[in-house]
Amino acid sequence: MDYFIELLFSGLSRGAIYALIALGYTMVYGIIGLINFAHGEIYMIGAFTSFIIATILTILGFPGLAIILLAGLAAVIWSASYGYTIEKVAYKPLRHAPRLSALISAIGMSMFLQNYVLLAQTSDFLPFPQLVPDFDFMEPIAHIVGSSDMVILVTTTVVMICLTILIKYTKIGKAMRATSQDRTMAMLVGINVNRIISITFIIGSSLAAIGGMLVASHIGQINFYIGFIAGIKAFTAAVLGGIGSIPGAVLGSVVLGLTESFATGYVSSDYEDVFAFSLLVLILIFKPSGLLGKADTQKV
Amino acid sequence: MFTFEELKRSFLVSIWFVFLTFPIMVIRVDSIEKTVQWRWMNMVYVAIGSFILSFVFRYMMQRKEMKSEDNGDGDKKDKTGRSFIHRWLADPKYRNAILGSLLAAAIIFPHVFSTYQTSIMTTALMYVVLGLGLNIVVGLAGLLDLGYVAFYAVGAYTYALLYHFFGVGFWVALPIGGLLAALFGILLGIPVLRLRGDYLAIVTLGFGEIIRLVMENWGAFSQGPSGVSNIPRPSFFGIDMSLDTALVYTYYLMILLVIFTIFFVNRLQDSRLGRAWIALREDEIACQAMGIDKMKTKLVAFSLGAFWAGIVGVIFAAKTTFISPRSFTFIESAIILSIVVLGGMGSIIGVIFGALILILLPEYLRALSEYRMLAFGAILVCMMVFRPQGIIGSIRRTYTYQNRKKADGEVS
Repeated sequence: MDYFIELLFSGLSRGAIYALIALGYTMVYGIIGLINFAHGEIYMIGAFTSFIIATILTILGFPGLAIILLAGLAAVIWSASYGYTIEKVAYKPLRHAPRLSALISAIGMSMFLQNYVLLAQTSDFLPFPQLVPDFDFMEPIAHIVGSSDMVILVTTTVVMICLTILIKYTKIGKAMRATSQDRTMAMLVGINVNRIISITFIIGSSLAAIGGMLVASHIGQINFYIGFIAGIKAFTAAVLGGIGSIPGAVLGSVVLGLTESFATGYVSSDYEDVFAFSLLVLILIFKPSGLLGKADTQKV
Repeated sequence: MFTFEELKRSFLVSIWFVFLTFPIMVIRVDSIEKTVQWRWMNMVYVAIGSFILSFVFRYMMQRKEMKSEDNGDGDKKDKTGRSFIHRWLADPKYRNAILGSLLAAAIIFPHVFSTYQTSIMTTALMYVVLGLGLNIVVGLAGLLDLGYVAFYAVGAYTYALLYHFFGVGFWVALPIGGLLAALFGILLGIPVLRLRGDYLAIVTLGFGEIIRLVMENWGAFSQGPSGVSNIPRPSFFGIDMSLDTALVYTYYLMILLVIFTIFFVNRLQDSRLGRAWIALREDEIACQAMGIDKMKTKLVAFSLGAFWAGIVGVIFAAKTTFISPRSFTFIESAIILSIVVLGGMGSIIGVIFGALILILLPEYLRALSEYRMLAFGAILVCMMVFRPQGIIGSIRRTYTYQNRKKADGEVS
């Protein structure tokens, strides 16, 4: 039973990380209908930025909590800037081009960023400092649920609640929903669509950066390639939940996280990634609209 | 030309990029030794580079906008829109001369240059065929296949494992590898081709990874990460060949395959099927309304593309005599896609040029090979933003009404 609960929690925290990344995919998809392939790379850049800042702060002798907060803030700021810039450089000129063009541009961007970090930093795995301390009150259940698992779950929940409030109850959220429903109409009622798209990229990238920092500190090592697999899996989660739907992305991420956790725990850990990809293929075959997505009817 | 306004804008762009690249480019930390390395020179490079690039970017954007305005006013661009290569090839007088001299150059190549050069050229030719194969899928049918390398891997492993377990020779494995890859293409295509294009991209990407992961982990079948070694080179009626001769032989084999592929794809493009692909790429719904079986047409494109990848896979296994899952990563797919995009989607000459440029250039500019993947990524973005048709774009089939109302012959 302990083993089951352990797998459950590791699956949940995995799912929480996927959710942070998947939200960026699903929001961008909802607004401009593009699979932002470079999103995984934003997550990777977030992890790298927080790694660099955290190491500097550790050397300077800052206290633990300040390191977490400052490194997280830096990761969010820089990842958001990258997201914003990528949109301006690689996607905005292609807004009226065929979908394939924007997708290829996104793949190019992803390759570019990967190799940019590879060349500017290193190709080795870097040991990431453990930012989250082992809490005392977690002691009795520490063999089942780690402190960092708990931090991931709590942080993700808080972030989700903030995001829901932002989208449901603020003016920006309203504008975002309007833009995703009908861009031309949104423009007609006076919404600055370009600004909304930029904001979407900034929010999505910030979430990915938080995810990047949390997972890097949880796993304990990073390299330039982590964004690729994480990106595909988060995309799988977004599709599983129904791409374009925000609650769907969270649900899909949790389902994917649990599936992976149990499959690796009870079946085999060699095929961890195969499970995720097979799940993706299966969903797309049987329910391409996802768990919570609306069926996509095309007007002629 | 450089107004104050423009200088200011570029200056701001440059400041923004300095900020953006600051943590990654300037700082490098070592968390074990607890040292920080500040590389201020990189900051200067970024500042200057982004300052200049912002001018280039704006200039290119302006040019693109001017072009699209030009295109708007009528058909006078019809003739001038073609690159000189197309015009040369359309003229039979030049065409025969060009093709003849190219063929002659290709034939004497291994006798003039060293074995090393021949080996590189063979690799480049393999990418030409891979590019042409992917061109059927991406360029003609408009299906973005990001797992093309999976079919390549199927071909390579078919030969390697058939030889390993049953001692099957190269010539028997060649068609089997191609057919098996095509079969995989159909099996994967049936479920996913119903989906919209961007899903297809991800599923094929996932499939490519699955094939690689299975090959890596299923040790009993594929010998795992260590790969299959001692694969025999292509045979020629059982004659024993030295290493050099075998290489030259493989080179000629590739030349033949390239010629066959060009011929085949060229004929295919003008066939009913090829026209159906192009129509499908442009507008699926209209296409279905015209009575084209969408599924079947897409499946044929997908499996034909896979077939070519499988064939080249077999030759790859025979040429290198050793394969491992590491040869079949996503990067390979990305390289082949870059070839198609750089050359021009749907354009045969473009793809050939793209393959030769992208494969040969990094080989000869060794100093730059580190930056190869960075450049490939940048190429994909820049091509899409500034020149979506590629360096040598394909020509649309158009009819020009001349005096005798004769349709213009097309070669592309």
